[in-house]
Amino acid sequence: MTLRRYALTLIAAVVIATAAPAAQQAPDRTHPPQPGPPSELAQPKIEKRQLSNGMPVWTVEMHKVPVVQVNLQIFSGTADDPAGKFGVASLMNAMLEEGAGSRSALEIADAVDLLGADLGAGVGIDGAGVRLHVPVARLADALPIMADEVMRPTFPKDELERQRRERLTNLLQARDDPATIAALGFSRMLYGPTHRYGTAMLGTGATIAALTPEDLRAIYAATFRPSNAALLVVGDVTADRVMPMLESNFGGWKTQAGAVAHAALAAAPEPATRQIYLIDKPDAAQSQIRIGWIGVPRSTPDYFPIQVMNTILGGSFSSRLNMNLREKHGYAYGAGSGFDMRAGAGPFAASAGVQTDKTAESLKEFFNEFNAILQPVPADELARAKNYVALRFPGGFETTGDISRKLEDQLLYHLPDDYYSTYVQHIQAVTSADVQRVAQKYIQPARFVVVVVGDLKKIEPGVRAMNLGPIKVVTIDDIFGPAPAIHN
Amino acid sequence: MKPAAALLVLALATPAFAQTAKIEVPYTQFTLPNGLRVILHEDHRVPMVTVNVWYHVGSARERTGRTGFAHLFEHLMFMGSGHVKPGQFDEWLEAAGGDNNGSTENDRTNYWINIPSSSLELALFLESDRMGYLLDTMTPQTVDAQRDVVKNERRQSYENRPYGMADIALGEMLYPEGHPYHWPVIGYMPDLTAASYDDVVAYFKTYYAPSNASLVVAGDLDTAKARALVEKWFGDVKAGAPVDPITVPGVALHGVQQKTMTDKVQLPRLSLAWLTPPHLAPADAALDIVSDILAGGKNSRLYKRLVYDMQIAQDVSAAQNSQALSSHFLIEATPRPGHTVDELKKVIDEEIAKLQRESPSQHEMERSFNQIEASFYNRMERTGGFGGKADQLNAYITQTGDPDWFNEDLGRYRALSASDVQAAAAQFLPKDRRVELTVMPEGSK
Repeated sequence: MTLRRYALTLIAAVVIATAAPAAQQAPDRTHPPQPGPPSELAQPKIEKRQLSNGMPVWTVEMHKVPVVQVNLQIFSGTADDPAGKFGVASLMNAMLEEGAGSRSALEIADAVDLLGADLGAGVGIDGAGVRLHVPVARLADALPIMADEVMRPTFPKDELERQRRERLTNLLQARDDPATIAALGFSRMLYGPTHRYGTAMLGTGATIAALTPEDLRAIYAATFRPSNAALLVVGDVTADRVMPMLESNFGGWKTQAGAVAHAALAAAPEPATRQIYLIDKPDAAQSQIRIGWIGVPRSTPDYFPIQVMNTILGGSFSSRLNMNLREKHGYAYGAGSGFDMRAGAGPFAASAGVQTDKTAESLKEFFNEFNAILQPVPADELARAKNYVALRFPGGFETTGDISRKLEDQLLYHLPDDYYSTYVQHIQAVTSADVQRVAQKYIQPARFVVVVVGDLKKIEPGVRAMNLGPIKVVTIDDIFGPAPAIHN
Repeated sequence: MKPAAALLVLALATPAFAQTAKIEVPYTQFTLPNGLRVILHEDHRVPMVTVNVWYHVGSARERTGRTGFAHLFEHLMFMGSGHVKPGQFDEWLEAAGGDNNGSTENDRTNYWINIPSSSLELALFLESDRMGYLLDTMTPQTVDAQRDVVKNERRQSYENRPYGMADIALGEMLYPEGHPYHWPVIGYMPDLTAASYDDVVAYFKTYYAPSNASLVVAGDLDTAKARALVEKWFGDVKAGAPVDPITVPGVALHGVQQKTMTDKVQLPRLSLAWLTPPHLAPADAALDIVSDILAGGKNSRLYKRLVYDMQIAQDVSAAQNSQALSSHFLIEATPRPGHTVDELKKVIDEEIAKLQRESPSQHEMERSFNQIEASFYNRMERTGGFGGKADQLNAYITQTGDPDWFNEDLGRYRALSASDVQAAAAQFLPKDRRVELTVMPEGSK
């Protein structure tokens, strides 16, 4: 790629405009202006300190907007749910907002809303967090409420029952949405009912119904400890100004010392042969398709080649899957693929919602693209994918929320200090041979699981005629368990 | 202007519990000879720029038999233009690290490109080429291809989505046949089938002239250089005829419009909707506060009673949906298993009646205002994409003629008293003139 020409063009244009601003000669449109040399992103400077109880505090100053993001991150997520208690971390985290310190659920919400703050407790597969976003003028008022949620949750019994019914109803409503059924069905068929990745973060109807306040207290005590946590502060503050506030709110947090045990995730075996699962959704206007298998953990040494390969296959608008299924054939509003990387090996899935009468045709095109990505990728397509990933990377550091998420990932997945500053060069170093190697290793269509949620009376004959592999018809109950009974 | 110029300037006096910063979005404005209005705004936090165009046309300009056309046309804007072959728009942008998208509403169509600042000129070239030369490469085959995509968008986002068809029914019930808000932006399937290449030509010539658009370029740019580049690339786009202002007769609901439809869902859903004053008209802001007091947060009146105390609803929401010609106020609630929409409706009516009778408390007013005010600061964090600063500048141009209307907009809420909110609820949420739509699970009753 030539990097210099663009800068010259730019200067010439300025000169012309200055000399004769009103003269509107048509510009030369025969060639697109060439991309210039990429601008360097000034990496956010992380100030690393710690509270008197040893909890790390990472601060990044951003002074353009008078807001601040404060995240209390916990290094345990739903993957740590004990067997038989799937959903306990999710419910426990939600309950942090339902009573803490001297405040009731309603009092917490009122105080937070009155400050114009966003304060929420949320859980992911590998981590959890209580996250605050607030106008900086009100930070001092908001931190004590946040600290209550982190350090002094009360887990009121009646609020637990309310949360339980809300979650059971959510699970009931999840059965309405074909995209949700497909996503959850795909995970279940890949990982099975006992591996944590095979069940929704929320849990199942049976586990949600059975969770007790003691369960919540136990998982809270096991995971919410300063030795298993960090504070991330991004926004219109300085470390000097914010440290005393954090010390007075969180410095006194003392719990059991010692390492936090993480549930050992069983290694889920990859499927040996292709298997097709059909789920009936009578009269559905589209079929929701998920195809893939178990991918890689976040720690994979192939992270950068995989990013580039997937960008080509299904990770951008101009990716092959989208161009094929949407632009060429018009079967779908969009199609794509992605590797969901976690502490353990998460799924690789290609997906689309396709019009019912083109379901078999769409499956054929998916497999055409899986087979094609195993071949060498043309140089211009490779260059485009690398530039797409690398050059837009600085855009992910714009807001307080953006940067706090980057810091969370860095802590959660033990990324080195120079990880973000060397990201672009790692992407640019990916070769055509790398892409082909990871494609052949991680895209093995003969062993993929295929899940289709659609109107079986219309789509099943066509799918069977393709002879993709053994077909099993599964029910929504097979995925979600029986519809939960909800009693008020 | 120096990059360090503060976006938000700290005010000197700080009342005890009031916000302390005024919102400032410094900009440069000029109009090209062809009528294109241009706004430039510098923000150097990250080395990215955004090119954001609003065409002041949406589905409200469609004619009977061609619903969904404004949105179908939006799709065609990505398919190449006079000097850009099909596929190259996205390929070139991606090769430069750019992202792009567009969206269509009743009153406007917008497009944005986010790209590293070193490739600003590429984005301006592509954006100007489709503004000036879209028809040079347009073919009936291109229209056919995107017709299929849009039909699948309709299937995915409405027909195959729980309660999706209720959104379409609401507009049909609120607005009489022939009113431009009667039909959905996504359009009806037979109309999408009927859209032709000739329609594309006529629509482009009528509505996509530079004088019917506004361009915001924002981010890591030098104002003088960016201005020169905008003049270079957009200067040769031909001017078009002015677009006549849209005129529609006033609308009102007479009585209660009731309808029950079925969907493939587990639980029923109740929608109550009223016709309300247009965006920025008196009472529009007050109705935003009404929605907050009714359903914003755990302590809001409807949430607290229906979801928290009685636990007969899974969710409840309320919103003033503000639009240029007329707005609608919408309350939606989903009963828990074992409960009915009638139980919910009774409580909703009680709470509306109470708000119509008595002013909300100062505490409720303050809670609502503080959240709205904080949202204005949060809106300053992102420059590009949907809802970023560039998009907001273009929204204010379109709605008020003044790109920097942030403080005036926030001032609308600051000026409200509790009795204004009560009066808005009393005047605009009458029980005997509204839409009542119920979605029932298939096979129930």
